[in-house]
Amino acid sequence: MENKKILLLFAHPTLDRSEVNKPLFEAASQLPYVTAVDLYREYPKYHIDINREQSRLIEHDIVIFQFPLYWYSTPSILKEWQDLVLEYGFAYGSEGKALHGKTFLCAITAGGKEEAYRAEGYNHFTIRELLRPLEQTALLTGMHYLAPFGLFSSRTAVEENRCDKHKKKWLWLLEQLHRNTIDLAAAAEVEKLNHLLDSIYPASE
Amino acid sequence: MTTYFVQAFIYLLAAVAIVPIAKKLGLGSVLGYLIAGVIIGPVTGLVGHETVTIQHFAEFGVVMMLFLVGLELEPKMLWQMRNRLLGLGGLQVGLTTILVMLIALAFKQTWTVALAIGLIFSLSSTAIVLQTFNEKGLGKTEGGRNAFSVLLFQDIAVIPMLAFIPVLALPELVEAAMHLSDAADHHENLSLVAGLPSWLYGIVVIAAIGVVVLGGHYLSRPLLHFVATSGLREIFVATALMLVIGIAALMSLVGLSPALGTFLAGVVLANSEFRHELESNIEPFKGLLLGLFFITVGAGVDFGILSSQWILIISLTFAVIIIKAGVLFSLASIFKIQNSNRWLFGLSLAQAGEFGFVLLSFSVQNHVIPTDTAQTLQLVVALSMFLTPTLFILFDKVILPRYEHSSNDREADEIEETGSVIIAGVGRFGQIVNRLLVANGVKTVVLDHEATQVDNLRQINIKSYFGDATQPALLHTAGIEEAELLVVAIDNREEAINLVHYVKHTYPKIKVLARAFDKGHSYELKFAGADYIQVETYHSALEVGAQAMRDVGFHPFHVEQQKQTFMDIECAASDNLYQQWQQRSEGERYSHGYRQMFIELEQTIKKAMQQGRGGNHNLTDRAWTPPPKDYTDDFKDE
Repeated sequence: MENKKILLLFAHPTLDRSEVNKPLFEAASQLPYVTAVDLYREYPKYHIDINREQSRLIEHDIVIFQFPLYWYSTPSILKEWQDLVLEYGFAYGSEGKALHGKTFLCAITAGGKEEAYRAEGYNHFTIRELLRPLEQTALLTGMHYLAPFGLFSSRTAVEENRCDKHKKKWLWLLEQLHRNTIDLAAAAEVEKLNHLLDSIYPASE
Repeated sequence: MTTYFVQAFIYLLAAVAIVPIAKKLGLGSVLGYLIAGVIIGPVTGLVGHETVTIQHFAEFGVVMMLFLVGLELEPKMLWQMRNRLLGLGGLQVGLTTILVMLIALAFKQTWTVALAIGLIFSLSSTAIVLQTFNEKGLGKTEGGRNAFSVLLFQDIAVIPMLAFIPVLALPELVEAAMHLSDAADHHENLSLVAGLPSWLYGIVVIAAIGVVVLGGHYLSRPLLHFVATSGLREIFVATALMLVIGIAALMSLVGLSPALGTFLAGVVLANSEFRHELESNIEPFKGLLLGLFFITVGAGVDFGILSSQWILIISLTFAVIIIKAGVLFSLASIFKIQNSNRWLFGLSLAQAGEFGFVLLSFSVQNHVIPTDTAQTLQLVVALSMFLTPTLFILFDKVILPRYEHSSNDREADEIEETGSVIIAGVGRFGQIVNRLLVANGVKTVVLDHEATQVDNLRQINIKSYFGDATQPALLHTAGIEEAELLVVAIDNREEAINLVHYVKHTYPKIKVLARAFDKGHSYELKFAGADYIQVETYHSALEVGAQAMRDVGFHPFHVEQQKQTFMDIECAASDNLYQQWQQRSEGERYSHGYRQMFIELEQTIKKAMQQGRGGNHNLTDRAWTPPPKDYTDDFKDE
């Protein structure tokens, strides 16, 4: 099986206050098969270099958006990135096949507790439902959409010592994606990637 | 006259030939001067007894040095360092003095002599240690910082020592000297206080100190300001010298130590805007005079004594080093300085210092220590300094490797000083740069050669210094060696280029951000090596252009896009334009090729702007371009 290259597009507008995303991103940056892009650092004025971003997409097999959930969606720079980079003739349209066959997923952190993201909870929708626009974007551009990988109640994750375990899972997920040993069909079906990982994640950990 | 020229030439030649070599060998400049002195004195006999006269003159370098030490001491900094300064420094000087004194007593010296010797050997060599720290980058380590506090305390402690040592005068030596001067019909020393009753003398002394402190605070600044506005550099130098010499003269007249007076004046001026400029003006004089002083010390070395007493001298040297290192090492344990830092602290300060020479010759003059004892001790001081590089090598090769493996486990050194930014020129441009940085807690050192400008800034609590930033000496005192970056915003085009060139050439590691007046200037700055250049009018002119576009009816967001496109094209073309500019023939700055490229650039920009407006799909303005009208035909419902 062929090794996959991962493009990690990270959006966090206040990195100096980040407790969970920052260590996740920094750990991923150390991996040789991950290209880690801090979008707010690279484009502090939102002046996104379309050519550079498109060639990055072409060079990688797996695209990951990593972000803290802002109003049930991405921070604004990731939306800007989509608006500018996923051009007609590149990502969609009769000539736009550059992303066909790639894999796409979101790695998010959410402040709300996990149980809030369901019909009976105060957020009313599951996280997968809330991320539907991204799912459809992936489908229209011909990418395999995987369920999101998430951490909930993120504001208290450090205090409750949940970060390290989450980071270990995250690094393990990245390695499985890179080695292409993940069951993509199953990963597309589940509600959250966490469920799948819990069942196959090495028991010793 | 001819003799003076010849002598001056011999001294200078010795210094020029030996000191750089000594520095290259890691011995430091102080030892270089000593060796130079030894060579022209006892070894070749080029200079003779006039060295004694020259030494008295050269001691004025010490007075200047204490002025500079005073200038470096901001009261605030002293207060922050008070624990380390008094605790570490005070105990080091105190304990070392007592232990050395005990040894001297064991050698059957009288207690006054023993105490003087103790004081002399409690001091370490600021010059050698700080220079070595700089060279090896040890200044910011825990050991280095603590060593610095001790050295600072020692430098300050010299002043009370200078005042105290004459009290220890040996009656029989004084008597002998009196006889001698009577016989030679020595002329009276100039003094204001000779024959005054002691209560009046007290008043005169207090008045003199008051003159220095109050005058330094209230009179010197208007005077310096007045001289600075005249723009005559050499008169500023003359003023600086006049201040130091005047204070020294006043102190001598009332029978106080000139060093004490200039030190006080230095402290008084430490907070003033002229601090760096004064430092850079006095520094070369101090350096030369101190160098001369060390040469005369070297020239005065008596090889007769060395060969007849070499066992004694060598064992005394080792005793001094072991005692000093022992005291330092135990203090380091008490003050919880750990691992390799404890060794660095202990070994780096284990030698005697240049102030030892000063105090020795001072003691002899004041009849505290007999001349023959002083000569032996002088050799011990010199030998311990010669051994300092060996101690640093011991630290590098033996001690450090033992701690290297464990150093990764411990907490990182607490960094007290963040990288600082030097801003040269704080007019309408540099000022804004400085405000942004300071508001974000970045440490800046602001330099400007307009004294009025500096005054205005100081009135609104912006710390700034008067001085010509294009003078290497001023950059040095402003701390360019430790600075992270330099912002060049001075108003003189040529000088800005020269400054960038000099700094990038001398300190290649420092990042230089420069303000350019126009495109041509920006190329010249780039050629000189500036890392980042901004043409001062570019962004503000674009803003006005953008406002004009909005005013004639363009949508503000569209204007932003067009402005960005304009900047992108300019930026992409700038490298080519710069290369064209570089290939210019002499005398013809803007060649035909350059003009041609500029015209092409204007056309590219115009084309891009037009395309953006058409809403067509194009390569230069792609942001939010809608897909073609018929694009949904490609999609099929399932």
